[in-house]
Amino acid sequence: MRVAGKGLIEREKPVSFTFDGRTYAGFKGDTVASALLAARVRVVGRSFKYHRPRGVLTAGSEEPNALIEVVGAKNQTPNVRATVQEVFEGLVTRSQNRMGSLRWDLLAVNDLMAPFFSAGFYYKTFMWPRAFWEKVYEPAIRRAAGLGSLSGRHDEGHYEKAFAFCDLLVIGAGPTGLIAALTAARAGADVILADEDSRMGGRLLSNGETVDGQPGPDWVAAVLAELSSLPNVRLMPRTTVSGAYDGGIYGALERVGLHKPARPDLPREAFWRITARRAILASGALERPIAFPMNDRPGIMMAGAVQSYLNRYGVASGKRVTLFANNDGARAVARDLMAAGVQVAAILDSRANASAVENCPVYLGARITDTSGRHGLRLIEGHHAGGAFKLETDCLAMSGGWNPTLHLTCHMGGRPRWSEELAAFVPMEGAVPGLVAAGAANGTFTTHGCLAAGHAVAEAALADLGLSPAKVALPRAEGLPYVVEPLWAVEGKGRAWLDFANDVTTKDVKLAAQEGYASVEHMKRYTTQGMAPDQGKNSNMGALAVLADATGRAIPETGITTFRPPYVPVSVAALGAGGRGMGFAPQRFLTSDQASRDRGAPMIEAGLWYRPSYFPKPGEATWRVSCDREVAMVRGAVGVADVSTLGKIDIQGRDAARFLDLVYTNTFSTLPVGRVRYGLMLREDGFVMDDGTTARLGENHFLMTTTTAAAGQVMRHLDFVHQTHCADWDVRFISVTEAWAQFAVAGPKSRALLNAVLDQPVQDFPFMACGAVQLGGVTARLFRISFSGEQGYEIAVPTRYGESLFRDLVAKAETMGGGPYGMEALNVLRVEKGFITHAEIHGRTTAFDIGMEKMVSPKKDCIGKAMAARPALVGPERQQLVGLKIATGTPPCSGAHLFTVGDKVGREESQGYITSFAHSDLMGACLGLGFLKNGRARHGEIIRIVDHLRGLDLTAEVCDPVFHDKDGEKLRA
Amino acid sequence: MRIPCPLCGPRDRREFTYYGSDDYLNRPAPDAGAGPWDDHLHLRANPAGETHDLWYHEAGCAQWLRVHRNTVSHEIYGAALVAGLKGGAQ
Repeated sequence: MRVAGKGLIEREKPVSFTFDGRTYAGFKGDTVASALLAARVRVVGRSFKYHRPRGVLTAGSEEPNALIEVVGAKNQTPNVRATVQEVFEGLVTRSQNRMGSLRWDLLAVNDLMAPFFSAGFYYKTFMWPRAFWEKVYEPAIRRAAGLGSLSGRHDEGHYEKAFAFCDLLVIGAGPTGLIAALTAARAGADVILADEDSRMGGRLLSNGETVDGQPGPDWVAAVLAELSSLPNVRLMPRTTVSGAYDGGIYGALERVGLHKPARPDLPREAFWRITARRAILASGALERPIAFPMNDRPGIMMAGAVQSYLNRYGVASGKRVTLFANNDGARAVARDLMAAGVQVAAILDSRANASAVENCPVYLGARITDTSGRHGLRLIEGHHAGGAFKLETDCLAMSGGWNPTLHLTCHMGGRPRWSEELAAFVPMEGAVPGLVAAGAANGTFTTHGCLAAGHAVAEAALADLGLSPAKVALPRAEGLPYVVEPLWAVEGKGRAWLDFANDVTTKDVKLAAQEGYASVEHMKRYTTQGMAPDQGKNSNMGALAVLADATGRAIPETGITTFRPPYVPVSVAALGAGGRGMGFAPQRFLTSDQASRDRGAPMIEAGLWYRPSYFPKPGEATWRVSCDREVAMVRGAVGVADVSTLGKIDIQGRDAARFLDLVYTNTFSTLPVGRVRYGLMLREDGFVMDDGTTARLGENHFLMTTTTAAAGQVMRHLDFVHQTHCADWDVRFISVTEAWAQFAVAGPKSRALLNAVLDQPVQDFPFMACGAVQLGGVTARLFRISFSGEQGYEIAVPTRYGESLFRDLVAKAETMGGGPYGMEALNVLRVEKGFITHAEIHGRTTAFDIGMEKMVSPKKDCIGKAMAARPALVGPERQQLVGLKIATGTPPCSGAHLFTVGDKVGREESQGYITSFAHSDLMGACLGLGFLKNGRARHGEIIRIVDHLRGLDLTAEVCDPVFHDKDGEKLRA
Repeated sequence: MRIPCPLCGPRDRREFTYYGSDDYLNRPAPDAGAGPWDDHLHLRANPAGETHDLWYHEAGCAQWLRVHRNTVSHEIYGAALVAGLKGGAQ
């Protein structure tokens, strides 16, 4: 219930939200947990295994019990910590892990079966009868397993990825982080201050202490006001730094819109990558529970959380509170409660010789041995130095001491160090380069100590950054030492929980040790301790202390499991923001794109490009009909195709020709100006990398074309060859792929079509010539090259003229019986002519394999030459490029394997495979290109084609790969 | 991971394309024979510790870099332009 006059919530701003269908009132600044506690809702969830009623345990992201589903119009998010989720008007939440209602969960029967559900239960129980596994056990387990539920639909919410850079990243905005950020900010450093909470200030918002004589929250507000006024500071509330990575990079999850009603333009979460030159880990500490018998009832909470609910949210967690602690810190909680008028039943101090002076009963040497209250704590029983006690209480605030939140220091392999004095692990120094832990995260548990430490590490960071410190006076604050005497578990009859989220008890850990799982990593996996959403934040320390005890070892010897990123659960939607559907995937469009789509051409992807597949005419029912018409059109009249996707590299310099001689197998230094040559490029290991034509535009000026697919790879390769082998040569090159729109004009009427668009008709322009032409006053480049086997040209204009040239060429072509053609026709044309693509030069074929070994010039060195001559890469054992004539009407069979007729069909008998396939009206057959063992000597042989995938078994005639115009008469016409 | 490009400054590793050991800088003579060529292309040390390897600043300055780094600590000691290290005509 609310306590008048307490808390930092905005009481003038009431909000209502629902939990399990009931409407509750809260205030701005409340979390779902604080608002439910204010409304006396004690059971907020059911435990994972035993389905026991559970209440709020903590006031932070480490919460293991109060896991809820948040239901939005477009998404349903399970396992949201009610202690983190802020309330807003219209928020809809519900409890999870129950069958039936939260109060009467049918699976609570599991609790009665608890003796059977010990550690390793699954491994031991579902072994027999064997046949039961699939039909009975697995479906039942699946129904019961998992925490929370998903909607089963895509999350349509909006998420973001973001990047930030700074001199100093301060992780955590408690006293340590605030003073560190202030010290660095005043000195002019670029500072990012990230804090998980919606409100910065850390424990100063909750612990009731004063700083410089002011209440903690007031001092926090003053510091934040100064920080937010500085241009070099970015404050990032609701941002959990989730991981530390190489190079000063930190992952961070910002809850951008989860505390507000959904809006389409408001991201739910953003995943940040923050690159920081220096970082300060001021993440504070987490209070740890004590494993006493029946310690999981609603109403049993962390002492620090009880204090937070009181001082920050103005909520009393119970009417009659009892404290159970092994350290001095919890005393302040009792005092705050009493000062606020909440009754304190007693302080149960586990230490025998602590102070007994308080305004309430204090039992020293106390142990709780049993509790009762089915849906909420009612009674605790135990003993103390003076005898037994039985206390009626509805809230037990426990404190087993504090663990520094050092997780980030372990993300790069650092192991924490055991501190006997604090009975806790503390960070290893230098575990993450550039990151220093300070304050409570480093085991300093007084506000005064935190302020001094934050100031000191900020000054050290400034010195590293080369900045001179500005003056920051250290504020006065409390400095009472933290005194703790370890108490991990209390012996007794009942179960004592270590891991509330996964229902792991001290008995499970002892059983694991007894069954041989004595290593902390084995114990974790056998019992599932530390494997729930809280990742053991509440239970690791206790579990390993119990394990150490059970195995007769000390805690540092037992060690601790490895902390890995992320520190808190990070939604995949945030990590993958921009990745759904097309997301941010780049798309490259031709200048003719719209014109092609206007003609109804289906576009297909070619790398990032979109190219027209075919141009359907009215009445053409299938792609084959359109494709066959387009092929006939090119062979009989003229066709126009956009070939701008081919890579174009402009190469210039006195050594340009020499450079081409090095990267191509054949010679380019002998190529006359105004001519084009086909070139073959190898990788250094002797296999074919790419092919294409290169034009000599001037004495020291070449234009190389690459295939569409390999444009990036070739550019990278040219840079590599140049920079590693001949950086001192006078040659420079740049990709101009997107600077030019280039169109193939192919067919017997290609020259007539060109002359219809050019300012001056083409006269003497032989095969493989190139040169500048004028076109409507624009200088274009003309190349007499062909990928179709017909007389052909490619004409290139600056990209901005591409669309109009395409439309013009197509319109004029149509008056000549021609028109545009797409990728399907282009493929048929090139297969008929035996031209290769990356289907053939797929990375495992050599110049010899494709019949181009004569293109490797004997007169000069080139990349790949030495290795291409290896014995295994030449000879009859190689699979060589062949053509295949297959009966017409055969379905496509690229990928099918070739077998000698009469041979067994097996992997070892395979003679080769088919790489390309086309229906050829021209040849009256289906045509294939493929690789066949010793293929060039086998022309005329009938070969068997087997395609298990498509269920094909046919025969074909092996022939020369060039089916059409073998002598190139049409090409040269 | 961030790589200190001599031209662009420290940049995220996503801008770079990895190639392999800096052994690739020492191309054997064309007539060196199968052994040295096989070594050059295929035989690599796999050091736990300091290593030099080649990275291409593909989304940056298009320079190949020789990066000196540590495979155990992930520390990056420095990076140099390959073009400045080599350059003799073959």
